[in-house]
Amino acid sequence: MDRNSNAYTFIFAVALVVLVAAVLAFTATSLKPLQDNNVRNEKMQNILTTLNITSEKSEIESTFNLYIKKQITLKSDGTIDDNTNAFTIDLKKEIKKPIKEQRFPLYVAEKDGKTFYIVPLFGAGLWDAIWGYIALEEDKNTVIGAVFDHKGETPGLGAEINQKWFGDMFIGKKILKDANLGFTSDGNFVSVAVVKGGTPDDNLHGVDGISGGTITSDAVSKMIQERISNYLPYFQNN
Amino acid sequence: MSDKEGLFSKKNLQLLKDPLDDNNPISVQVLGICSALAITVKLEPAIVMSISVLFVLVASNVIVSLLRNMIPNRIRIIVQLVIVAALVILVDQVLKAYAYDVSKQLSVFVGLIITNCIVMGRLEAFALANGPWKAFLDGVGNSAGYAFILVLVAFFRELLGSGKLYGIQIIPQSFYDFGYQNNGLMLLSPMALIVVGLIIWAQRARNKKLIEK
Repeated sequence: MDRNSNAYTFIFAVALVVLVAAVLAFTATSLKPLQDNNVRNEKMQNILTTLNITSEKSEIESTFNLYIKKQITLKSDGTIDDNTNAFTIDLKKEIKKPIKEQRFPLYVAEKDGKTFYIVPLFGAGLWDAIWGYIALEEDKNTVIGAVFDHKGETPGLGAEINQKWFGDMFIGKKILKDANLGFTSDGNFVSVAVVKGGTPDDNLHGVDGISGGTITSDAVSKMIQERISNYLPYFQNN
Repeated sequence: MSDKEGLFSKKNLQLLKDPLDDNNPISVQVLGICSALAITVKLEPAIVMSISVLFVLVASNVIVSLLRNMIPNRIRIIVQLVIVAALVILVDQVLKAYAYDVSKQLSVFVGLIITNCIVMGRLEAFALANGPWKAFLDGVGNSAGYAFILVLVAFFRELLGSGKLYGIQIIPQSFYDFGYQNNGLMLLSPMALIVVGLIIWAQRARNKKLIEK
Protein backbone atom coordinates (compact mmCIF):
# COMPACT_ATOMS: atom_id res chain seq x y z
CA MET A 1 0.00 0.00 0.00
CA ASP A 2 1.18 3.49 -0.80
CA ARG A 3 2.63 4.96 2.37
CA ASN A 4 1.52 8.45 1.44
CA SER A 5 -2.09 7.66 0.59
CA ASN A 6 -4.84 9.04 2.78
CA ALA A 7 -6.26 5.59 3.48
CA TYR A 8 -2.93 4.24 4.74
CA THR A 9 -2.32 7.29 6.92
CA PHE A 10 -5.80 6.98 8.38
CA ILE A 11 -5.56 3.25 9.10
CA PHE A 12 -2.10 3.63 10.64
CA ALA A 13 -3.29 6.42 12.92
CA VAL A 14 -6.34 4.49 14.10
CA ALA A 15 -4.40 1.29 14.74
CA LEU A 16 -1.69 3.14 16.68
CA VAL A 17 -4.15 5.01 18.86
CA VAL A 18 -6.20 1.90 19.66
CA LEU A 19 -3.07 -0.03 20.59
CA VAL A 20 -1.70 2.75 22.78
CA ALA A 21 -5.06 3.25 24.48
CA ALA A 22 -5.30 -0.46 25.28
CA VAL A 23 -1.81 -0.57 26.79
CA LEU A 24 -2.41 2.51 28.92
CA ALA A 25 -5.83 1.41 30.08
CA PHE A 26 -4.41 -1.94 31.15
CA THR A 27 -1.53 -0.34 33.09
CA ALA A 28 -3.74 2.22 34.78
CA THR A 29 -6.25 -0.40 35.91
CA SER A 30 -3.69 -2.85 37.20
CA LEU A 31 -1.72 -0.23 39.16
CA LYS A 32 -4.79 1.47 40.63
CA PRO A 33 -4.94 -0.50 43.93
CA LEU A 34 -1.30 0.28 44.72
CA GLN A 35 -1.76 3.95 43.91
CA ASP A 36 -4.94 4.20 46.00
CA ASN A 37 -3.11 2.65 48.92
CA ASN A 38 -0.33 5.24 48.61
CA VAL A 39 -2.89 8.03 48.65
CA ARG A 40 -4.59 6.53 51.69
CA ASN A 41 -1.29 6.21 53.58
CA GLU A 42 -0.41 9.76 52.72
CA LYS A 43 -3.74 10.98 54.04
CA MET A 44 -3.13 9.20 57.35
CA GLN A 45 0.39 10.59 57.57
CA ASN A 46 -0.86 14.11 56.86
CA ILE A 47 -3.45 13.87 59.60
CA LEU A 48 -0.82 12.62 62.06
CA THR A 49 1.68 15.29 60.99
CA THR A 50 -0.60 18.01 62.39
CA LEU A 51 0.05 16.46 65.80
CA ASN A 52 3.77 16.18 65.06
CA ILE A 53 3.64 12.38 64.85
CA THR A 54 5.66 10.62 62.20
CA SER A 55 5.58 6.94 61.41
CA GLU A 56 7.22 4.37 59.19
CA LYS A 57 5.22 3.70 56.07
CA SER A 58 4.59 0.09 57.02
CA GLU A 59 3.23 1.03 60.44
CA ILE A 60 1.16 3.99 59.42
CA GLU A 61 -2.14 2.17 59.72
CA SER A 62 -1.56 1.01 63.30
CA THR A 63 -0.09 4.36 64.38
CA PHE A 64 -3.12 6.09 62.93
CA ASN A 65 -5.50 3.84 64.82
CA LEU A 66 -3.48 4.33 67.99
CA TYR A 67 -3.85 8.11 68.07
CA ILE A 68 -7.08 8.78 66.21
CA LYS A 69 -9.76 7.73 68.67
CA LYS A 70 -12.84 8.84 66.81
CA GLN A 71 -13.73 9.67 63.24
CA ILE A 72 -16.94 11.66 63.25
CA THR A 73 -19.14 12.66 60.34
CA LEU A 74 -21.03 15.89 60.98
CA LYS A 75 -24.05 17.47 59.33
CA SER A 76 -24.14 21.22 58.77
CA ASP A 77 -26.21 21.76 61.93
CA GLY A 78 -23.52 20.11 64.06
CA THR A 79 -25.32 16.80 64.64
CA ILE A 80 -23.60 13.51 63.98
CA ASP A 81 -24.36 11.34 60.96
CA ASP A 82 -23.63 7.75 61.94
CA ASN A 83 -24.20 6.32 58.49
CA THR A 84 -21.18 7.78 56.74
CA ASN A 85 -17.56 6.77 57.20
CA ALA A 86 -15.62 9.97 57.84
CA PHE A 87 -12.36 8.72 56.33
CA THR A 88 -13.83 7.94 52.93
CA ILE A 89 -15.54 11.30 52.47
CA ASP A 90 -14.20 12.98 49.36
CA LEU A 91 -14.26 16.71 50.12
CA LYS A 92 -13.79 17.51 46.45
CA LYS A 93 -17.22 16.04 45.68
CA GLU A 94 -18.75 17.06 48.98
CA ILE A 95 -17.98 20.73 48.54
CA LYS A 96 -20.11 20.96 45.42
CA LYS A 97 -23.28 19.83 47.19
CA PRO A 98 -25.74 22.24 48.85
CA ILE A 99 -24.63 23.00 52.41
CA LYS A 100 -27.54 21.07 53.98
CA GLU A 101 -26.50 17.86 52.23
CA GLN A 102 -22.78 18.19 52.87
CA ARG A 103 -21.04 16.00 55.41
CA PHE A 104 -18.04 17.19 57.41
CA PRO A 105 -15.42 14.71 58.61
CA LEU A 106 -13.77 15.41 61.96
CA TYR A 107 -10.93 13.41 63.49
CA VAL A 108 -10.64 13.30 67.26
CA ALA A 109 -7.18 12.35 68.44
CA GLU A 110 -5.67 11.65 71.81
CA LYS A 111 -2.01 12.25 72.55
CA ASP A 112 -0.33 12.46 75.97
CA GLY A 113 -3.75 12.40 77.64
CA LYS A 114 -5.03 15.42 75.75
CA THR A 115 -7.76 15.56 73.12
CA PHE A 116 -7.23 17.18 69.74
CA TYR A 117 -9.62 17.96 66.92
CA ILE A 118 -8.40 17.70 63.34
CA VAL A 119 -10.38 19.41 60.59
CA PRO A 120 -9.71 18.45 56.97
CA LEU A 121 -9.52 21.39 54.56
CA PHE A 122 -10.19 21.63 50.86
CA GLY A 123 -10.42 24.58 48.51
CA ALA A 124 -9.43 26.14 45.21
CA GLY A 125 -5.95 27.59 44.83
CA LEU A 126 -4.66 29.64 41.93
CA TRP A 127 -4.35 26.84 39.37
CA ASP A 128 -5.92 23.80 40.96
CA ALA A 129 -7.09 22.27 44.21
CA ILE A 130 -5.41 22.95 47.56
CA TRP A 131 -6.07 21.00 50.72
CA GLY A 132 -4.74 20.36 54.17
CA TYR A 133 -5.44 19.48 57.78
CA ILE A 134 -5.57 21.78 60.79
CA ALA A 135 -5.47 20.47 64.34
CA LEU A 136 -7.03 22.31 67.28
CA GLU A 137 -6.30 21.84 70.95
CA GLU A 138 -8.80 20.73 73.55
CA ASP A 139 -10.28 24.25 73.75
CA LYS A 140 -11.04 23.94 69.99
CA ASN A 141 -9.60 27.44 69.69
CA THR A 142 -5.80 27.14 69.62
CA VAL A 143 -4.10 25.69 66.55
CA ILE A 144 -1.61 22.96 67.45
CA GLY A 145 -0.52 22.12 63.93
CA ALA A 146 -1.34 22.41 60.25
CA VAL A 147 -0.25 20.86 56.98
CA PHE A 148 -1.13 22.01 53.50
CA ASP A 149 -0.69 20.59 50.06
CA HIS A 150 -1.63 21.48 46.54
CA LYS A 151 -2.04 19.98 43.13
CA GLY A 152 -0.54 22.55 40.83
CA GLU A 153 0.40 25.84 42.48
CA THR A 154 3.35 27.79 41.06
CA PRO A 155 6.65 26.14 42.09
CA GLY A 156 8.71 28.39 44.35
CA LEU A 157 5.77 30.70 45.04
CA GLY A 158 2.31 29.36 45.92
CA ALA A 159 3.64 25.81 45.97
CA GLU A 160 5.58 26.70 49.14
CA ILE A 161 2.42 26.14 51.19
CA ASN A 162 3.30 22.45 51.40
CA GLN A 163 6.57 23.24 53.20
CA LYS A 164 6.88 22.59 56.91
CA TRP A 165 7.73 26.20 57.78
CA PHE A 166 4.47 27.40 56.31
CA GLY A 167 2.30 25.01 58.31
CA ASP A 168 4.35 25.64 61.44
CA MET A 169 3.51 29.35 61.38
CA PHE A 170 -0.06 28.44 62.37
CA ILE A 171 0.97 26.85 65.66
CA GLY A 172 -0.39 28.78 68.65
CA LYS A 173 -2.78 30.91 66.61
CA LYS A 174 -6.40 31.23 67.75
CA ILE A 175 -9.55 30.99 65.69
CA LEU A 176 -11.76 32.94 68.14
CA LYS A 177 -11.56 36.64 68.98
CA ASP A 178 -12.66 36.02 72.56
CA ALA A 179 -12.55 32.47 73.88
CA ASN A 180 -15.24 33.24 76.49
CA LEU A 181 -17.88 34.30 73.97
CA GLY A 182 -18.31 30.89 72.40
CA PHE A 183 -18.19 29.64 68.84
CA THR A 184 -21.48 30.76 67.41
CA SER A 185 -21.78 34.35 68.65
CA ASP A 186 -21.68 36.88 65.82
CA GLY A 187 -18.23 37.90 64.63
CA ASN A 188 -16.39 35.96 67.29
CA PHE A 189 -15.02 33.39 64.83
CA VAL A 190 -12.23 35.20 63.00
CA SER A 191 -10.20 32.20 61.77
CA VAL A 192 -6.50 32.46 60.93
CA ALA A 193 -5.64 34.47 57.84
CA VAL A 194 -2.51 34.49 55.68
CA VAL A 195 -1.55 38.15 55.53
CA LYS A 196 0.16 39.70 52.53
CA GLY A 197 3.26 41.65 53.55
CA GLY A 198 3.57 39.82 56.85
CA THR A 199 2.13 40.30 60.28
CA PRO A 200 3.60 40.88 63.76
CA ASP A 201 4.32 37.75 65.79
CA ASP A 202 1.76 38.70 68.44
CA ASN A 203 -1.10 38.70 65.91
CA LEU A 204 -3.10 35.69 67.05
CA HIS A 205 -5.19 35.49 63.90
CA GLY A 206 -2.68 35.95 61.12
CA VAL A 207 0.49 34.43 59.65
CA ASP A 208 2.95 35.79 57.06
CA GLY A 209 1.94 35.51 53.43
CA ILE A 210 4.23 34.16 50.72
CA SER A 211 5.82 36.83 48.51
CA GLY A 212 4.65 36.27 44.95
CA GLY A 213 2.08 33.75 46.14
CA THR A 214 -0.68 36.12 47.18
CA ILE A 215 -3.53 34.39 45.37
CA THR A 216 -2.57 31.03 46.87
CA SER A 217 -2.13 32.65 50.31
CA ASP A 218 -5.58 34.22 50.08
CA ALA A 219 -7.01 30.88 48.97
CA VAL A 220 -5.54 29.26 52.09
CA SER A 221 -7.17 31.92 54.32
CA LYS A 222 -10.50 31.45 52.58
CA MET A 223 -10.28 27.66 52.79
CA ILE A 224 -9.57 27.66 56.55
CA GLN A 225 -12.29 30.21 57.22
CA GLU A 226 -14.94 28.41 55.17
CA ARG A 227 -14.20 24.90 56.31
CA ILE A 228 -13.89 25.55 60.04
CA SER A 229 -17.05 27.69 60.04
CA ASN A 230 -19.00 24.51 59.30
CA TYR A 231 -17.78 22.89 62.51
CA LEU A 232 -18.75 25.75 64.85
CA PRO A 233 -22.19 24.39 65.80
CA TYR A 234 -20.57 21.10 66.84
CA PHE A 235 -17.74 22.83 68.71
CA GLN A 236 -20.31 25.00 70.56
CA ASN A 237 -22.35 22.02 71.75
CA ASN A 238 -19.57 19.59 72.66
CA MET B 1 24.87 0.50 7.57
CA SER B 2 26.05 -2.94 6.47
CA ASP B 3 24.48 -5.89 8.21
CA LYS B 4 27.86 -7.49 8.76
CA GLU B 5 28.88 -4.75 11.14
CA GLY B 6 29.54 -6.11 14.63
CA LEU B 7 27.23 -5.29 17.52
CA PHE B 8 29.93 -3.28 19.26
CA SER B 9 31.88 -2.01 16.29
CA LYS B 10 33.83 1.19 16.66
CA LYS B 11 31.08 3.14 14.91
CA ASN B 12 28.43 1.74 17.24
CA LEU B 13 30.47 2.45 20.34
CA GLN B 14 30.86 5.99 19.10
CA LEU B 15 27.06 6.29 19.38
CA LEU B 16 27.39 5.53 23.08
CA LYS B 17 30.43 7.67 23.77
CA ASP B 18 29.74 10.79 21.75
CA PRO B 19 26.79 12.07 23.80
CA LEU B 20 28.78 11.70 27.01
CA ASP B 21 31.29 14.35 26.07
CA ASP B 22 31.76 15.72 22.53
CA ASN B 23 28.06 15.86 21.81
CA ASN B 24 26.48 16.01 25.25
CA PRO B 25 22.78 16.88 24.96
CA ILE B 26 22.88 19.34 27.86
CA SER B 27 26.32 20.90 27.93
CA VAL B 28 26.98 20.97 24.18
CA GLN B 29 23.58 20.95 22.49
CA VAL B 30 21.96 22.78 25.42
CA LEU B 31 18.77 20.72 25.29
CA GLY B 32 16.64 19.58 28.23
CA ILE B 33 17.78 22.49 30.39
CA CYS B 34 14.32 23.02 31.88
CA SER B 35 14.25 19.75 33.79
CA ALA B 36 17.94 20.11 34.66
CA LEU B 37 17.06 23.26 36.57
CA ALA B 38 13.94 21.97 38.22
CA ILE B 39 14.78 18.61 39.70
CA THR B 40 18.45 18.86 40.62
CA VAL B 41 17.99 20.20 44.16
CA LYS B 42 18.56 16.70 45.50
CA LEU B 43 20.24 13.59 44.11
CA GLU B 44 17.31 11.23 44.52
CA PRO B 45 14.81 12.96 42.19
CA ALA B 46 17.65 13.64 39.73
CA ILE B 47 18.48 9.94 39.57
CA VAL B 48 14.84 8.87 39.25
CA MET B 49 14.35 11.48 36.54
CA SER B 50 17.43 10.19 34.71
CA ILE B 51 16.13 6.63 34.82
CA SER B 52 12.73 7.80 33.57
CA VAL B 53 14.29 9.68 30.67
CA LEU B 54 16.51 6.68 29.92
CA PHE B 55 13.47 4.43 29.68
CA VAL B 56 11.42 6.85 27.58
CA LEU B 57 14.26 7.75 25.22
CA VAL B 58 15.50 4.20 24.66
CA ALA B 59 12.02 2.71 24.25
CA SER B 60 10.76 5.44 21.93
CA ASN B 61 13.95 5.35 19.90
CA VAL B 62 13.63 1.60 19.39
CA ILE B 63 9.90 1.67 18.67
CA VAL B 64 10.16 4.52 16.17
CA SER B 65 13.14 2.83 14.56
CA LEU B 66 11.19 -0.42 14.18
CA LEU B 67 8.26 1.45 12.67
CA ARG B 68 10.38 3.77 10.55
CA ASN B 69 9.40 2.13 7.27
CA MET B 70 5.71 2.07 8.18
CA ILE B 71 5.12 5.52 9.61
CA PRO B 72 3.35 7.76 7.09
CA ASN B 73 5.61 10.72 6.51
CA ARG B 74 2.90 13.33 6.82
CA ILE B 75 1.92 12.41 10.38
CA ARG B 76 5.31 11.28 11.64
CA ILE B 77 5.63 14.00 14.29
CA ILE B 78 2.19 13.14 15.65
CA VAL B 79 3.05 9.43 15.69
CA GLN B 80 6.27 10.17 17.58
CA LEU B 81 4.37 12.31 20.06
CA VAL B 82 1.78 9.59 20.69
CA ILE B 83 4.51 7.02 21.31
CA VAL B 84 6.49 9.31 23.63
CA ALA B 85 3.35 10.43 25.47
CA ALA B 86 2.24 6.83 26.03
CA LEU B 87 5.66 5.90 27.44
CA VAL B 88 5.69 8.94 29.71
CA ILE B 89 2.24 8.08 31.08
CA LEU B 90 3.50 4.55 31.74
CA VAL B 91 6.47 5.92 33.70
CA ASP B 92 4.22 8.30 35.62
CA GLN B 93 1.78 5.53 36.58
CA VAL B 94 4.54 3.17 37.67
CA LEU B 95 6.19 5.88 39.78
CA LYS B 96 2.87 6.71 41.43
CA ALA B 97 2.44 3.08 42.34
CA TYR B 98 5.96 2.17 43.45
CA ALA B 99 7.76 5.44 44.28
CA TYR B 100 4.98 7.74 45.44
CA ASP B 101 7.14 10.23 47.34
CA VAL B 102 9.57 10.73 44.50
CA SER B 103 6.74 11.00 42.01
CA LYS B 104 5.34 13.84 44.10
CA GLN B 105 8.69 15.62 44.10
CA LEU B 106 9.02 15.25 40.35
CA SER B 107 5.35 16.28 39.95
CA VAL B 108 4.82 17.85 36.54
CA PHE B 109 8.35 17.20 35.36
CA VAL B 110 7.67 13.55 34.58
CA GLY B 111 4.86 14.65 32.28
CA LEU B 112 7.15 17.25 30.79
CA ILE B 113 9.56 14.56 29.55
CA ILE B 114 7.26 14.67 26.51
CA THR B 115 8.48 18.16 25.76
CA ASN B 116 12.12 17.34 26.50
CA CYS B 117 13.82 18.35 23.27
CA ILE B 118 16.33 15.51 23.63
CA VAL B 119 13.61 12.89 23.08
CA MET B 120 11.97 14.38 20.00
CA GLY B 121 15.35 15.49 18.73
CA ARG B 122 16.80 11.98 18.77
CA LEU B 123 13.66 10.49 17.19
CA GLU B 124 13.73 12.95 14.30
CA ALA B 125 17.47 13.05 13.82
CA PHE B 126 18.38 9.43 14.46
CA ALA B 127 15.69 6.81 15.01
CA LEU B 128 13.83 7.59 11.77
CA ALA B 129 16.94 6.87 9.73
CA ASN B 130 18.63 4.00 11.60
CA GLY B 131 17.99 0.41 12.67
CA PRO B 132 16.74 -0.59 16.12
CA TRP B 133 20.13 -1.62 17.55
CA LYS B 134 21.79 1.65 16.59
CA ALA B 135 18.74 3.53 17.85
CA PHE B 136 19.00 1.65 21.14
CA LEU B 137 22.66 2.60 21.57
CA ASP B 138 21.92 6.18 20.61
CA GLY B 139 19.12 6.31 23.21
CA VAL B 140 21.33 4.88 25.95
CA GLY B 141 24.18 7.22 25.04
CA ASN B 142 22.10 10.35 25.01
CA SER B 143 20.20 9.63 28.19
CA ALA B 144 23.47 8.73 29.89
CA GLY B 145 24.87 12.07 28.79
CA TYR B 146 21.77 13.75 30.19
CA ALA B 147 21.93 11.73 33.41
CA PHE B 148 25.63 12.49 33.87
CA ILE B 149 25.08 16.27 33.89
CA LEU B 150 21.91 15.98 35.98
CA VAL B 151 23.59 13.92 38.69
CA LEU B 152 26.67 16.14 38.66
CA VAL B 153 24.55 19.28 39.14
CA ALA B 154 22.42 17.61 41.81
CA PHE B 155 25.57 16.44 43.61
CA PHE B 156 26.88 19.99 44.03
CA ARG B 157 23.49 21.49 44.79
CA GLU B 158 22.59 18.97 47.49
CA LEU B 159 26.06 18.98 49.04
CA LEU B 160 26.45 22.75 49.20
CA GLY B 161 22.76 23.57 49.60
CA SER B 162 21.68 21.11 52.27
CA GLY B 163 24.95 19.53 53.37
CA LYS B 164 23.60 16.12 52.39
CA LEU B 165 24.02 13.53 49.66
CA TYR B 166 21.11 11.30 48.76
CA GLY B 167 19.38 12.51 51.94
CA ILE B 168 22.29 11.50 54.20
CA GLN B 169 24.06 14.20 56.21
CA ILE B 170 27.60 14.56 54.86
CA ILE B 171 28.82 17.81 56.39
CA PRO B 172 29.44 16.96 60.07
CA GLN B 173 27.70 18.85 62.85
CA SER B 174 31.07 20.15 64.12
CA PHE B 175 31.37 22.27 60.93
CA TYR B 176 28.05 23.92 61.75
CA ASP B 177 29.20 24.50 65.33
CA PHE B 178 32.14 26.46 63.92
CA GLY B 179 29.77 28.65 61.97
CA TYR B 180 29.53 26.81 58.65
CA GLN B 181 26.25 27.53 56.88
CA ASN B 182 24.43 25.72 54.09
CA ASN B 183 24.28 27.89 51.01
CA GLY B 184 20.54 28.44 50.55
CA LEU B 185 21.19 30.00 47.16
CA MET B 186 22.16 26.56 45.82
CA LEU B 187 18.58 25.40 46.34
CA LEU B 188 17.19 28.01 43.96
CA SER B 189 16.85 27.30 40.23
CA PRO B 190 19.26 30.02 38.99
CA MET B 191 22.14 28.20 40.69
CA ALA B 192 21.45 25.12 38.56
CA LEU B 193 22.00 27.27 35.50
CA ILE B 194 25.22 28.63 36.93
CA VAL B 195 26.45 25.12 37.83
CA VAL B 196 25.63 23.95 34.28
CA GLY B 197 27.55 26.97 33.02
CA LEU B 198 30.58 26.04 35.13
CA ILE B 199 30.40 22.46 33.84
CA ILE B 200 30.33 23.75 30.24
CA TRP B 201 33.34 25.95 31.03
CA ALA B 202 35.29 23.07 32.54
CA GLN B 203 34.37 20.78 29.65
CA ARG B 204 35.50 23.27 27.01
CA ALA B 205 38.71 24.07 28.81
CA ARG B 206 39.53 20.38 28.66
CA ASN B 207 38.11 19.49 25.25
CA LYS B 208 39.45 21.96 22.69
CA LYS B 209 37.33 20.46 19.90
CA LEU B 210 34.26 22.14 21.35
CA ILE B 211 35.53 25.71 21.10
CA GLU B 212 33.86 27.52 18.23
CA LYS B 213 36.27 29.16 15.84
